[in-house]
Amino acid sequence: MYLIVLLLGIFFGMILTNGEIISWFRIQEMFRFDSFHMYGVIGSAIVVGAVAMMMLKKLNTKSIRGDAIAIERKNLNKGTIIGGTIFGIGWAMTGACPGPLYGLVGNGYGVFAVALLSAIGGALAYGLIRNKLPH
Amino acid sequence: MNTIGGGFFLLILFFTTCMDLFSSFWPWYVCGPLIGLYVPAMYLLLNKHFGISSTFRDICAACVGPKADYFRYNWRDNRWRLLFVAGIVIGGFLSHETMTTPAESQISAHTLKELSLLGVHDFSTMIPQDLFSWKNLASVQGFILIIVGGFLVGFGTRYAEGCTSGHSIHGIATFQLASIAATICFFVGGLFTTHVLLPLILQP
Repeated sequence: MYLIVLLLGIFFGMILTNGEIISWFRIQEMFRFDSFHMYGVIGSAIVVGAVAMMMLKKLNTKSIRGDAIAIERKNLNKGTIIGGTIFGIGWAMTGACPGPLYGLVGNGYGVFAVALLSAIGGALAYGLIRNKLPH
Repeated sequence: MNTIGGGFFLLILFFTTCMDLFSSFWPWYVCGPLIGLYVPAMYLLLNKHFGISSTFRDICAACVGPKADYFRYNWRDNRWRLLFVAGIVIGGFLSHETMTTPAESQISAHTLKELSLLGVHDFSTMIPQDLFSWKNLASVQGFILIIVGGFLVGFGTRYAEGCTSGHSIHGIATFQLASIAATICFFVGGLFTTHVLLPLILQP
């Protein structure tokens, strides 16, 4: 199972690279509404994901371990709004969301290892001051 | 003998096609649907949701231990996720090595023009290396783009409980209100940076 997950990860890294999803310019293009590329990627991913998930539900498919599929529920709270906006601000600076941060390091853009470490530092900071933040 | 020869021929054909595939850019209508399939794939294989930013939390939990409630859980249960992102690094490396035709840029001319007006001149790779370099890291500009930017990505995604994969793709594909709200906020933040902050950061 671990091997399959690793292979899926490798393939994901290739999709992110060959699809230019790690490209700082593609993210700029998206936020400037100059190209359909990123909207196409995210939009078609949502549609395919949604159709596939509806099929799994309709067919009452179990996971391969045999348990019923339990969809992770996300909470809507102040954190969604404030945190989401904070992430957005960072996203357009680095031109990378978390997946591409890993992908860029693999691509040999060494300085993004610093951005990745900084992101881990951001998660650490959040964990430490979480009780003081509005949720 | 013929079968072996035929098989061999097919194998070569397969590999040359693969090399062609790997060496070029893939269009959105290939990448998007493939990414979409990761949502059911994760549920089917592991009964877990597709999401990447949670690995930041796992790494913190593994490194600093239970210093805060937020990191007091067994990160080892999520080892699969760490393996997945390790795969992303390897996959990025493989693609980088096999891509022989670099950046025949199809980036919109308008975006490139706007960026060059802001002083970005290196369009040769997927990253403007005049901004994202070790040298520039020491400048205020590089510090903001790389370190502050990275920090905000980590802080914001954990505060919002998800990123582009967990919210925008997994969350919206499973019709969750929180994820739609989060994605709108991602965009509000991104638009603010692009149109308000970036001109300030890039112009000295």
